[in-house]
Amino acid sequence: MAMRILARAAGVALLACVALAGPATAQGTIKIAYTDPLSGPFAQVGDANLKQMQYILDYINSKGGALGKKFELVPFDNKSQPSDALIALKSATDQNIPFIMQCSGSNIAAALIEAVDKHNSRNPESRIIYVNCGAVATELTNEKCSFWHFRFDAHVAMKAEVMARALPKEVTKVYLLNQDYLFGQSVQRDVKAFLAKLRPDVQVVGDELIPLGKIKDFAPYITKIKASGAQVLITGNWGPDMNLLIKAGIDSGIDLRYYTLYAHIAGGAVAIGPGGDGKVRSVMSFNENVAPEIGNKEAEEWTKAFRDKYPFDFYAAGFRTIFEYLQEATNKAGSADPLKIALALEGLKHKDFLGYETVMRKDDHQLISEYFVGTFKKGVKYDSEKTGLGWATEATILAKDLEQPTSCKMTRPAK
Amino acid sequence: MEVFLVSLLNGLVYGMLLFMLASGLTLILSMMGVLNFAHASAYMLGAYFAFTISQYIGFWPALVLAPLLCGTIGAAIEMYGLRRVHRNGHIAELLFTFGLALIIEKVVQMTWGLIPVPYRIPAGLDFPLFTVYGTQFPAYRAFMLLISALMFGAIWLGLTRTRIGLVIQAALHHPEMVGALGHNVPRVFTTVFAAGTALAGLAGVIGGNYHVTEPAMAFTMGPIVFVVVVFGGLGSLTGCFIASLLMGLIQTFAVVLDYSVADLLKWFGFTVTSATPFHEVLTVPLPRIGALLPYVLLVLILVFRPRGLMGTRDT
Repeated sequence: MAMRILARAAGVALLACVALAGPATAQGTIKIAYTDPLSGPFAQVGDANLKQMQYILDYINSKGGALGKKFELVPFDNKSQPSDALIALKSATDQNIPFIMQCSGSNIAAALIEAVDKHNSRNPESRIIYVNCGAVATELTNEKCSFWHFRFDAHVAMKAEVMARALPKEVTKVYLLNQDYLFGQSVQRDVKAFLAKLRPDVQVVGDELIPLGKIKDFAPYITKIKASGAQVLITGNWGPDMNLLIKAGIDSGIDLRYYTLYAHIAGGAVAIGPGGDGKVRSVMSFNENVAPEIGNKEAEEWTKAFRDKYPFDFYAAGFRTIFEYLQEATNKAGSADPLKIALALEGLKHKDFLGYETVMRKDDHQLISEYFVGTFKKGVKYDSEKTGLGWATEATILAKDLEQPTSCKMTRPAK
Repeated sequence: MEVFLVSLLNGLVYGMLLFMLASGLTLILSMMGVLNFAHASAYMLGAYFAFTISQYIGFWPALVLAPLLCGTIGAAIEMYGLRRVHRNGHIAELLFTFGLALIIEKVVQMTWGLIPVPYRIPAGLDFPLFTVYGTQFPAYRAFMLLISALMFGAIWLGLTRTRIGLVIQAALHHPEMVGALGHNVPRVFTTVFAAGTALAGLAGVIGGNYHVTEPAMAFTMGPIVFVVVVFGGLGSLTGCFIASLLMGLIQTFAVVLDYSVADLLKWFGFTVTSATPFHEVLTVPLPRIGALLPYVLLVLILVFRPRGLMGTRDT
């Protein structure tokens, strides 16, 4: 009996899957494959990304889409595994989707860059552009750069420079704690390099790598950080690794400031809580208080509409820039041919919705845009995740000040 | 000294939390032979139930109600699910609980969302109890220690001093004999399963706001609990208790001991340089592999002492 019920339930689930797959085959849209963890420990990040992308695409489509067609997002779960991301790439190219987007995991990004390169040289009839929306290991637009890879988020070295510049004068002892994989190691290396260059007075008193997504209790690490005498903890951790770390630190009540790369994404504010008032900073492409701070009414209204709909913050202004670039480049190329779009994207300049100048650099396909440092504190106009505290902008770094040299030697396809 | 003392306290808290989870599982595993994959899911459900209940009537009622709710769900799972699957052998039971764990995770995601819920420590316990060399020891951690110690006492008394406890102990070893003596063994099974799930739920209630309440919490807690159960040995609550504390302390101290195999070799007058074979493995500091140590112990104990620390029969 139980078996029969189970079988019936499985049948219903199967039907639902088929029904869901339906719209993906609809004609007359420009499809964008999106692959990120939509299940497993990092699912919260992928899911929050997906909701924000959908919100942005609805807006872009209401403004006409591109070539008279609408954009359509096709999500693929990759469970944080490179092998699953490659399966997603295969399905995307099988369906002739011109773009594949991926944000979380530089190890996955490295695998995708290689696979896209190979695929495009072997199958010129079904080429695909890899739109990188957040895999930020520095080498991806340097040694590992590719013509088919466009990165729309600042890479680690850029973020590390922002962080080193934002470090207050009185700080002389910092502790580094990062995740043990391509991205975390990149943060470790680049932060140290920029500290040595910009702040030779700062001493790195601790330097730690932790296994990705495995630690449940960060209290021992906090004890160690305390014992090292560090004033500031610098971390590139994201997802549960970030949330648990900051929570353990705030709960222990030690006098420590946190300089992070990802405290502002989904789940961060709840984990920090009211105890973190003024203690946590994050290097970010956007926060909901940027628009009111610079007096941009239109941008404020637009993000507020998202806020009213979902229980978490809108942090993905960078995604809106991505889709505006894709829209503009597709229209400029006059067709959905990936090669033409890629050529149109190169060197494209665009004023983002906040009104700042951005450019997709031709040499390495790295977007150069403005960046912010935010402080998590009380008394801001828009709080985060209903905690009563929110991100206030402490520093704004313009695109022109963030331009770093690249070592990329790109092989371009014949036109 | 400072680091040692604080780490000891942290290790104790973590170890006791592990014990709350593992005690229920070890009872279920030794008695029914079911490796319950859904056990950590009960931990997660406990945290989420407590979050929802505490929004309406506060933390203290939630401390009682959420484990009861988990226990009820556990009883239902045993009576209407496991008991039927039981006929098809242990593999079927294993697969059943595995599927259940995945379903519960999905249901939690659909009900409460993917991002962590703001389940907070009650205001009455949100103060530093004492300060050890400048690090505050939150009152809530002391409270966790208290609850788990009380629980250990209660289970121990219950198992050794009550009639039902004696029946359970007997059924642990010779279920057929206990059945032949006229005891209702299936009901004993249901009771144990429900109690085990309720304990996991209780661990969730007090662990959910100590850590972060999110859909991934079962997934991250699950494997380590199995290690504790196997390491401690089947049928032994004391073994489970020792194993829990050991795992808690190992994981805590692995983080603060910045040594590698190379440092150990130095003691014997052997210096590791970049020319030494395997020097990369030899110079990996302990904190980087700390999370792996319990699994190393698991493999070792299965090879050298398959009964576990204090187990009475083979795993």
